[in-house]
Amino acid sequence: MPLLSILFYLFATVLVVSAAMVVTIRNPVKAALFLVLSFFSAACIWMTLEAEFLSIALVLVYVGAVMVLFLFVVMMLDVDIERMREGFARNMPVGALVAGIMVVEFVVVMMSDRFDSQSLPRPVGHGPDYSNTKELGLVLYTDYVFAFEVAGLILLVAIIAAIVLTMRRRPDTRYQSPSEQVKVSKSERLRIVSMPTEKRPEINK
Amino acid sequence: MISLSHYLVLGAILFALSVVGIFLNRKNLVIILMAIELLLLAVNMNFVAFSYYLDDLAGQVFVFFILTVAAAEAAIGLAILIVLFRNRRSINVQDLDQLRG
Repeated sequence: MPLLSILFYLFATVLVVSAAMVVTIRNPVKAALFLVLSFFSAACIWMTLEAEFLSIALVLVYVGAVMVLFLFVVMMLDVDIERMREGFARNMPVGALVAGIMVVEFVVVMMSDRFDSQSLPRPVGHGPDYSNTKELGLVLYTDYVFAFEVAGLILLVAIIAAIVLTMRRRPDTRYQSPSEQVKVSKSERLRIVSMPTEKRPEINK
Repeated sequence: MISLSHYLVLGAILFALSVVGIFLNRKNLVIILMAIELLLLAVNMNFVAFSYYLDDLAGQVFVFFILTVAAAEAAIGLAILIVLFRNRRSINVQDLDQLRG
């Protein structure tokens, strides 16, 4: 058995088991951690497919950013897990049935001889001086540059939307307004009154 | 030897698992969001495998954009989740029946 097959089966097993744990485990924090594990094994599998840039991007973007966001939210919310688990056992047969049918259908299509190693052999792969990042960049900034700009716009919209959604104004809290403080003039704060001078009282009379 | 169908079947199993996750945890909004992330990962797996076996970089470019959109979706989804929890003190899907006539 070649090394590549061993690696594939190892990572695929870890991936499927951790994905199953994500959807069945009771604690949402542990589910998020298993999701990290499944993303990591998926990145390893992509590495064997010579998609180095995407696999590193998956680790950086997903494991580093999105999953941390998930963990923050899950730990911040005080969730009643027991109430969430209602109907878990009741939905299990239907879910298992749907999943079984889906897997059988997919396998019937994908195990056909169109995709096996005879009709579509594994490519020999590129040499050591081949840079996946460079090739991807060459395509991305020429043929797909419009889509790239749109992707940047989508991220900008997502940033603004997330901030606007979660920002809240509390009218009852007191806070300073620096612009008002700077704009204040002397006449608003200081009042000069003229008073008649008084005679000094005589002491020790 | 590992052929393309190995990767496709792996993607199919992953896809089916996340659909089951949506079925099982259909009250817990956080787990539903995680299952959606897994669905997108399964699709990306197919894209990367096809890109390698057909020797065409367009598949990887597609994965790049799917990752972008999925990150944006996760950020907005979690923001909506937080606003929801702040207003209703719950993220149970069954409590979200304000629009029911």
